[in-house]
Amino acid sequence: MTSPDTNEPQGLYAAREPIFPRRVKGAFRSLKWWIMGITLSIYYITPWLRWDRGPNLPDQAVLIDLGNRRFFFFMIEIWPHEFYFVAGLLIMAGLGLFLFTSAAGRVWCGYACPQTVWTDLFILVERWVEGDRNARIRLHRQKWDAEKIRKRAVKWVIWALIGLATGGAWIFYFTDAPTLLQNLLTGQAHPIAYTTMFILAATTFAFGGFAREQMCIYACPWPRIQAAMMDEDTITIAYREWRGEPRGKQSVEGNGDCIDCMACVNVCPMGIDIRNGQQLACITCGLCIDACNDMMDKIGKPRGLIGYLALTDETRERAGQEPKSVWKHIFRPRTILYSVLWSAVGIGLVVALFLRTEIDVNVTPVRNPTFVTLSDGAIRNTYDLRLRNKHGDDRYFRLSLTSEAPLRISLEGTDDLRVLVPANETLEQRVYVTAAPDSTAATTDRSALRLWIEDVKGTDRVYKDTVFNGKAK
Amino acid sequence: MCAKRVTPAQNRQVETTGHDWDGIEEYNNPLPRWWVWVFYATIVWGIGYTIAYPAWPLISAATPGVLGASTRADVAAEIKRFDDANAAIKQQLTDADLTTVSDNPELMAYAERAGAAVFKTNCAQCHGSGAAGVEGKGYPNLLDDDWLWGGDIENIHLTITHGIRNTTDPDARYSEMPKFGADELLEPQQISEVVEYVLQLSGQEHDAALASAGQTVFVDNCAACHMEDGSGDQAQGAPKLSDAIWLYGGSREAITETVTNARFGVMPNWNQRLSEDEIRAVALYVHSRGGGQ
Repeated sequence: MTSPDTNEPQGLYAAREPIFPRRVKGAFRSLKWWIMGITLSIYYITPWLRWDRGPNLPDQAVLIDLGNRRFFFFMIEIWPHEFYFVAGLLIMAGLGLFLFTSAAGRVWCGYACPQTVWTDLFILVERWVEGDRNARIRLHRQKWDAEKIRKRAVKWVIWALIGLATGGAWIFYFTDAPTLLQNLLTGQAHPIAYTTMFILAATTFAFGGFAREQMCIYACPWPRIQAAMMDEDTITIAYREWRGEPRGKQSVEGNGDCIDCMACVNVCPMGIDIRNGQQLACITCGLCIDACNDMMDKIGKPRGLIGYLALTDETRERAGQEPKSVWKHIFRPRTILYSVLWSAVGIGLVVALFLRTEIDVNVTPVRNPTFVTLSDGAIRNTYDLRLRNKHGDDRYFRLSLTSEAPLRISLEGTDDLRVLVPANETLEQRVYVTAAPDSTAATTDRSALRLWIEDVKGTDRVYKDTVFNGKAK
Repeated sequence: MCAKRVTPAQNRQVETTGHDWDGIEEYNNPLPRWWVWVFYATIVWGIGYTIAYPAWPLISAATPGVLGASTRADVAAEIKRFDDANAAIKQQLTDADLTTVSDNPELMAYAERAGAAVFKTNCAQCHGSGAAGVEGKGYPNLLDDDWLWGGDIENIHLTITHGIRNTTDPDARYSEMPKFGADELLEPQQISEVVEYVLQLSGQEHDAALASAGQTVFVDNCAACHMEDGSGDQAQGAPKLSDAIWLYGGSREAITETVTNARFGVMPNWNQRLSEDEIRAVALYVHSRGGGQ
């Protein structure tokens, strides 16, 4: 089993190999720049978009109002009891990731994941301050002289500022952004705002600057889940070794197209060699494709030694056949099923959104006790009514009921059947429904009952079905 | 740059525990250093913790700990914090005119919530958590419109403050029904007659001949408290007999038992247990359950 060359137990810990990704140009790099620009813009700009929200709330388009437990997204307003919208959006996000992963592998990881985007941004700063790959390797090996200290200090300060901006943008989503910025700068913001900002600044600094690919390899659960969603038709990055091998000098007869220039390895932000095959650490960002294509152009060979390729295409290409088209990989029963599920949840949410009424009512029959006998023998039921007024102004509501057997409605604390619900508030009201002595409803175990709630201005009206419990003889 | 990250552990001799199951051996690897040090650190921490905080149980109490931490004191402080925060509105409730509290939504909301808490702690044992009492067992239902001692807010407040028929509060309202059977105030025949009459009063099935004889018995013996028409008298806690609500049951057997041996329901006075604002809060709570007059 083992060779007796050493008796010392060997440590299983492997120190991180520093990675110095080289600059690269190409189609996928450009795409990544665009996606980085768009996603970062969305993140930083969104809290500053304005939207009229009346006198009591900040005029912010996207606002998570934790104090009042409300969520605002442009014209959509979500109260805590409508949290299923958030759950639905999370399910859609999950199904969307399934869809993209089964169709195109780890495109989320390679292009849109915040870890990737911020790491990319940090590497951009690093390259700008310290130079490209070779200069950075030199600096890495250099003693801590004045130049190294200066360059590291500049880099870290810029990273820290990006981190602060990241944490800062996050907290703007929770309250009025301009006011908070002013308070932050004058030192008047809430300690929680500062704490959140500094924690996020610290994690951004550490994850983007130092942890980088280790987050994807060791910390993130998503790559492991993704492995279960990919199959032989999923598009991933592959090295066409049947074309490239044996690698080596072009002048040597019999060598493949790969000249072993290490360009694909040097640009990789994950520090892997794609020529060893698809592997756990690969986030399919496509930078090795750009690097290799560039090199193939220079030596006058066709592009595509490294490319996006599915496992099924590999066997076809080895056999000299054309690979299946990209669309055939993307539109498969599996991806269509994910799309259908995704759309179903989406349509369900949109329908629910438009079916919401301006009056929001809950009616809970009181079951302790289920009914009360009054002195004349009448039977009375009690209902707890919760009425939410989502309007910006106070509204009066009128209550009434319809039922087969005659029933009478009354309210606790008032002779009126109207109640006032102040703007943006919830009213709790006890509602009494009485059946006359020996009437049908009084002597039947359960009878159906419909409570109507209407705006007295007649603009809006909803009903709730509930039951009346009688005293069965 | 791209050297293998983890060196395979094949070329090494690892000590085994000597356990061998079908050729499968168990490694005896040492614990990781960091783990061992964390383990030692927790021991040191644990010793420090038992010095700093209450820990070792002694005969009557535990060691107090040098930091003087006490969860009991924390709870007391927390309660005091809430009491202080509510002091103003409690004072407002104590000073308010009970009949007009419902005009002040903020004060009424406080009273209902505080009253609900007081009720569930102190009243629910007899009157039930839903305030529906226990029908036929002598625990009044507080939700209906029938009141023994009055159902307006002032009478409810008075009843809660001093209680009913207790011996601890001289201001407790008191009345006592005679034991017409046990003390031989009425003949068994007369009791049967008056029971039939009471059944008639409350609109139940009855023997008409016995009931008409019972009317005389009723006027002579019962009407002083329950009134001639059986409408009762809240001033002396005499129940209304002509309605559908019965504290001890409205059947022939239950009424016969009541007439023969009488009933004597007691409610404690709460003025020694609850503060005035708590009594007022629970009175308003009971009053707003649907029966208040």
